[in-house]
Amino acid sequence: MSQQTLDARRLLCPLPVIRTQDKVKTLQTGDELTVYCTDPGVMQDIPAWCRINGHIVKETRNEQGEYIIVIEVG
Amino acid sequence: MLATKVIMEQGVHVEGINFFTGFCVEGHTHAIRKKDKAKPKRNNALWSAEQLGIKLHIVDIIEEYKDVLINPKHGYGAHMNPCLDCKIFMVNKAKQWIQENDFDFIITGEVIGQRPMSQRRETMPIVAAESGADDLLLRPLCAKNLPMTLPEREGWVDREKLHDFSGRSRKPQMELAKQFGFKDYAQPAGGCCFLTDEKYSTKLVDLWQARGSKDYELDDVMLLKVGRHIRPKKNFKLIIAREEGEARFMQGYKSSFINMNCASHRGPLVLIDGEPDEEDLILAGQITARYGQGRDAEWVEIQVREKDKAERIIKVKPLKAEEIPEEWFV
Repeated sequence: MSQQTLDARRLLCPLPVIRTQDKVKTLQTGDELTVYCTDPGVMQDIPAWCRINGHIVKETRNEQGEYIIVIEVG
Repeated sequence: MLATKVIMEQGVHVEGINFFTGFCVEGHTHAIRKKDKAKPKRNNALWSAEQLGIKLHIVDIIEEYKDVLINPKHGYGAHMNPCLDCKIFMVNKAKQWIQENDFDFIITGEVIGQRPMSQRRETMPIVAAESGADDLLLRPLCAKNLPMTLPEREGWVDREKLHDFSGRSRKPQMELAKQFGFKDYAQPAGGCCFLTDEKYSTKLVDLWQARGSKDYELDDVMLLKVGRHIRPKKNFKLIIAREEGEARFMQGYKSSFINMNCASHRGPLVLIDGEPDEEDLILAGQITARYGQGRDAEWVEIQVREKDKAERIIKVKPLKAEEIPEEWFV
């Protein structure tokens, strides 16, 4: 199981979702991906994308204007 | 949603494809502008897929879409919207996608006569033919008004259970939505693309004219969505933040543009697009001062930051409102 990060800062939705989708395609089930974003829309869109594609959102948090989402690949 | 549900009801496995051109209205501006705060920040394609219980694939077509917008074979609509070419392009991409992912046919939610450009009786066969999808393209909501497609002929779907909607009225669709128990649905097509917006299209044409070529990058497209755009001369324009959300968004572009703001008074962040000379920067400073709280002061200090981050202060007399010609506003 690997832990990866994705920098989606400055991108507006749906680009952070697209980048997440493309990154997840390269990962294995059980891998963990932490996505760093600045568009608040990701707090809705990335969990929605995870729900419909069978991935688990382990954590969402807002740190100093950045939105961080931790995903476990399903 | 309706077209998908109609086909799913026949026991067919459906997955969604959503193409991102860079000109999509939802998401972007809602995230930036205060006036849009009340609108849901949800991505309608994702939301719809979740309601339907299907997978959704979002495809970035920003680069490839440039040729569609710059050289539309079938021309533009009322503004810079190349709707017919856009539809042909997307259906062609969908055909590529189904071939790569082992799917059998494509469905769209089109209805004959619903949209003035791409959904007319004469243009719907053009979309099927020029996209190369031909009879792999099924429009479940108006299929009974169209020739039989492969999935109907092969019995993969029952034509009798498809629909014969036509025209601009959305009453039959609303009735069907009610039957399916859909209480909420995404905004009908048309308002989802910036290229159908007159003001946005004007800014895009201005950008092309100023650069002398019909080209653009994603950042250009994004910045046309925010700020007040003022072009005093062909070689430069100002993008002036109108509110805090826009200023925050534009902060991310400070390293790519000469930028300025009032140093002696409160005022907006301004990006300078183009190649201004020193005299132009003084004029830009005067306009910047006009939009700050020092607009009535005799002199205003403007902080100018070059792309290499070198900073300096210039002292300018703010322009009066009547000194900014109407034709400068893009």
